[in-house]
Amino acid sequence: MASINFTNALGVHPSALQLRAARAEILANNLANSDTPGFKARDINFQAVLAGEVNSRNSVAMERTHSGHLSGHSQRDDELLYRNPIQPSIDGNTVDSQMEQALYGRNSMNYNASFEFLSGKFKGMKGAIRGE
Amino acid sequence: MSLSNVFDIAGSGMNAQSIRINTTASNIANAESASSSVDETYRARKPWFAVMHKSFMEVNANNEFQSIEDGTGAGVQVMGIVEKDAPLQQRFQPDHPMANEDGYVYYPNVNIVEEMTDMMSSSRSYQMNVEVLKTAKQMLQRTLSLGQ
Repeated sequence: MASINFTNALGVHPSALQLRAARAEILANNLANSDTPGFKARDINFQAVLAGEVNSRNSVAMERTHSGHLSGHSQRDDELLYRNPIQPSIDGNTVDSQMEQALYGRNSMNYNASFEFLSGKFKGMKGAIRGE
Repeated sequence: MSLSNVFDIAGSGMNAQSIRINTTASNIANAESASSSVDETYRARKPWFAVMHKSFMEVNANNEFQSIEDGTGAGVQVMGIVEKDAPLQQRFQPDHPMANEDGYVYYPNVNIVEEMTDMMSSSRSYQMNVEVLKTAKQMLQRTLSLGQ
């Protein structure tokens, strides 16, 4: 039987929310560099990364066997992919501003959706505690 | 927290674009600044943009700290302002007060058409960064109301 804890109660939504925020950062960086010569637009495959996150939850953190050890970070660079440009510019820049902007907007909507789900979970738990 | 990094990224983009607009303004203002020698003539200025990388410290195999660059960028940085090396305009104007002994006056290598398109491009990019900032702000504000 699955134990009762926050991880089980909240499901995939905290990871999804975090990933949406991380993706917002990547897309914002693409937009900020829309005039940088040679810049290659990047993105993550959201579904694949989220699936990996769910399967290997808490297993990517590096183990510390001594108090003096530094904590390892789990960000893997191979998750970050390069975008196939539709209209690459002559200076080697592959940012399609309009497309990035649309993706950023959509990501923001999805972030709000994930937020609603998470918020609903908390509301549900609150209700359970109060016995309503 | 990733979302607060968006503020820095969009801010760096706005900063870079405002520098670009500044150089454009300077170029257009000086488009007709005549001079009597090649060395003293104003040359069109362009900002040099480069990706800013997030870097962090890591301990390598020899137990030394080393700086590692992350694949995710942290915005855009202006590496410097460079002068365009296009040839200057040399005009024969013997009546001009700045004319040299051969009667030539040198004008900057500013291309007004190029500067105008540059200005439009940078103002659009600036706007885009503002929109990114606005959206990130809304997302963050909503996050603060979690569980309410």
